[in-house]
Parts: sequence; structure tokens; C-alpha cells
Amino acid sequence: MSGQEITIDDLKRVLTEAAGVEDGVEIGSDSLDTEFEELGYDSLALLEVAGRIQREYGVELDDDTATSARTPRLLLSAVNGG
Amino acid sequence: MSAPVVITGVGVTAPNGLGTRDYWSATLEGRSGIDVVSRFDPEQYPSRLAGEVPGFEPTEHLPRKLIPQTDHMTRLALVAADWAIADAGVVPEELSEFDMGVVTASSSGGFEFGHRELQNLCAKGNEYVSAYQSFAWFYAVNTGQISIRNGMRGPSGVVVSDQAGGLDAVAQARRQIRKGVELVVSGGVDGSICPWGWVAQMAGGRLSPVNDAERAYLPFDSEAAGHVPGEGGAILLVEDREAARRRGADDVYAEVAGYGATLDPPPGSGREPGLRRAVELALRDASVGPDEVDAVFADAAAVPELDRVEAEVITELFGEYGVPVTAPKTMTGRLYSGAAALDLVAAVLAIRDGVVPPTVNVSGAPEYALDLVVGSPRAADLGTAMVLARGQGGFNSAMIVRRPD
Repeated sequence: MSGQEITIDDLKRVLTEAAGVEDGVEIGSDSLDTEFEELGYDSLALLEVAGRIQREYGVELDDDTATSARTPRLLLSAVNGG
Repeated sequence: MSAPVVITGVGVTAPNGLGTRDYWSATLEGRSGIDVVSRFDPEQYPSRLAGEVPGFEPTEHLPRKLIPQTDHMTRLALVAADWAIADAGVVPEELSEFDMGVVTASSSGGFEFGHRELQNLCAKGNEYVSAYQSFAWFYAVNTGQISIRNGMRGPSGVVVSDQAGGLDAVAQARRQIRKGVELVVSGGVDGSICPWGWVAQMAGGRLSPVNDAERAYLPFDSEAAGHVPGEGGAILLVEDREAARRRGADDVYAEVAGYGATLDPPPGSGREPGLRRAVELALRDASVGPDEVDAVFADAAAVPELDRVEAEVITELFGEYGVPVTAPKTMTGRLYSGAAALDLVAAVLAIRDGVVPPTVNVSGAPEYALDLVVGSPRAADLGTAMVLARGQGGFNSAMIVRRPD
């Protein structure tokens, strides 16, 4: 990809805008390896997140890749081409 | 013989009151919630009035997580369901998830959400359409969201029969309870006060062109010219009487004693509309005669031909000026699938409090020969009340609720 890397803080913002935040959940570097399901995001939420990442950051991200990423670290790695 | 099916809890989001208490006090005082549309700018449309639910801030009632995936009317439904469940004293976690079902009515789904996403699709492109559009617009969305939020995995569904739906859903809830489900969250909450919903309703041809809030929706009046649409409705907790007793709930609002539903014959057939048969079926189902019905909550279409049909059914079965008739929906507008559910709540509160709420702004045309309760509420000892509801497309439903033993 071109341009800057997407960070966990960027992802937190996109997640919040796309699908809200479960009460009591705080997303940050501590949650990089927490499964999305535990954070309160289902596959549809990830689909919505993927759509927003694509249009905001111009990253090509197919739906299967987005919805099969189980943790924020795996999703960021897919987005950042890692 | 199965145990009676009873209403044990109610939750209301109505244009003239958010919450059962506000709704009921406004209704008894004759306070209307009909005003100029505020959810969008209605200036360019011929009809500009609606009943909008006042003072509703979704984040005061619902987790933030639910906001991006819900239409306005689904948020209203979720809150009404929370209130109905609490009102009944039900704690879902204490019951088996498969013994609790959800059956609500719907007419058009989440139109405002859909409107926004269609706008995104047309103006920006398909990658800007929310993934949540996949279900947020959907007829069954309120049932699904109430089911998920409260962990209710018993028999569930949605009934789509326009304004008759509020009764049809409760009837379906009663069927499920008779098959063995302990409780069903039922009723209907609706609303599509957005430009897309508005033009769809205009196409239906029944919106009042009058834009004076006190003269726009006048059922059974010589100036009847169609209705004002509204949003909101009611969620009711419907239970098996014995199951309710087992969990310690002795205090119930009313029994769902009778129900009938019919479909009108095709236009031009010359056969009479189906409303009379729906009423007769409901009376037979409840094993009561017309003389035992103490009040009728009318469908009140405010379309002269439809008012005439309804008035004839009432006068032929109950006699001219033979039963108190009322249409508190003159204070809310017609709420589509939410309307009859709200009328059911009005009926059970009327039974509880011994009072028939009024119809407002209407004088009642003498040719209808109805004992219309107008202006102010009327004290009456009510044992049994009937709610009538008709949906566009030929749906007719009647439901009888009775004071519990």
C-alpha cells in the first residue's frame, strides 16, 4: 500500500464509527490480540469496518480477508500489507 | 381447555407521550402529538403533519453499540420492549431462552435508515452503503433485535399486514403460547417519517392534505379527508396465565379473549368488506355477545367510505349509539403497524382505570349513528373492550380484551 500505516488508534476510531463500542470495552494497544468477538464485533461489523477502511485509506481489502481476521493485530496486518 | 393468555406488561412510545404514564395522561387529557414534521423538511410536500415521538434520545436508553445498526423505529421498539419486560416484572435471564418468543408487526421496515443508505449509494457509490443496511431496513428487524437484546430464542416472527398488524401479532403470540411457549414479546412499533417513506405514503392516497393540526385527521366527521401518519406504538408482554402465576405475577392487565381476522374480497366483486366477519369471529372466539362489549376502539380511517363501512358494522352489530366508540389515535396519527398495539394498550388501561379515552377534534357526523366519546374521557365500568384495525390491502382484524378474573 501507499501512504501511512494504519494504527490501532485509527482502527479504534473506525470501529467506533462503524459499529459503536460495547459498554465497558476500551480498545487500545492492550486489545491488539483480543478477539473481535470478545470485543463485541461480529462479522457484519467487520464488513462495515472494512468498507470504511477502504474508502478512507484507499486500501484494497476484500470482504473475506476482513471478516476472517480474528483480532485487531491480524486485521491491521492485512490492511498494512504485513 | 388451555389457560387464558394474558397481557402482563406494556411499553409505549407514542407521539403524545414517551412511556406509558405520559401517553396515558396525555390521552386522557386529550393532548395531541400531531404537529409539523421535524424529522425532515416537509415544505415541498402536500402533507406536512405527523405524530412524532417527543424527547427520545436513544443513547439515554440503549447501548452505544446498537446505534450504528438501528433505524429510529427499531430504537423506539427496543426501548418499548425494555419497558414492557420491566413492567411485567420479567427477568429474561431467569427464564429458559427457548420459552420466550418475539412476534412483532411491521409495515415497511427501517425506511429512514434505508433512505440514508440509498442516498449514499446514489450520491457516493456502493462502497458507502452501510453493511447494516442488510437488516436494518428489514420487516423482521424489530423482532430480531428484541430477541438478541433479551436472549429470547423461542418461536418468533413478524406479521406484515399494515395497520391490522398490531392485532395480528398479538394473535400469533397467543397461538405460540397455546402451543407451549411461556411468554411472547409482541405488539408493534413503526415509523417512516423520512422523504422516502413520505412519498410511499402519499402514493397510498390516504394522507390528509389538510395542514392544520386540529383539522387534518377527522375520522367519522363530515370533514374527514384522510389521515396524518405517526411513529411509535407499543410492545406488550403476552403470557400464559399459569406461567405468569408460577413466576409470581398475579397482577395482569387483561386477558386476550377473542380475535378474528379476514381479508376483503377483491375490489369490484360487489361482496361486502370483511370487517363484519372479523368482528363476529372475535366475538365467537371470546364467547361474548355484542351486548357484553363495553367499548370499541375504532380503526378510524378518516376516509369517508371506510368510516361508513366501519360505522355500519358497529351499528348493525351493537345497535345505533349502542356502544361507546373512541379513536384516541386522533391524538397520535395513524402509526401503521404500531397503531393497533397502542390501541390495545389504551384498551387495557381503560379497563384498569374504568374510563374511555376521548376522540379529539371530531364532532361526529350524525349519519354514522355512533356513540363517539368526544372531547373528554368518559367514566365507565369496563369489563370487555374491542379493538378494530384495518390495513391497506384489505386486512381486517378485531381483538377482544377482558378484565382478568
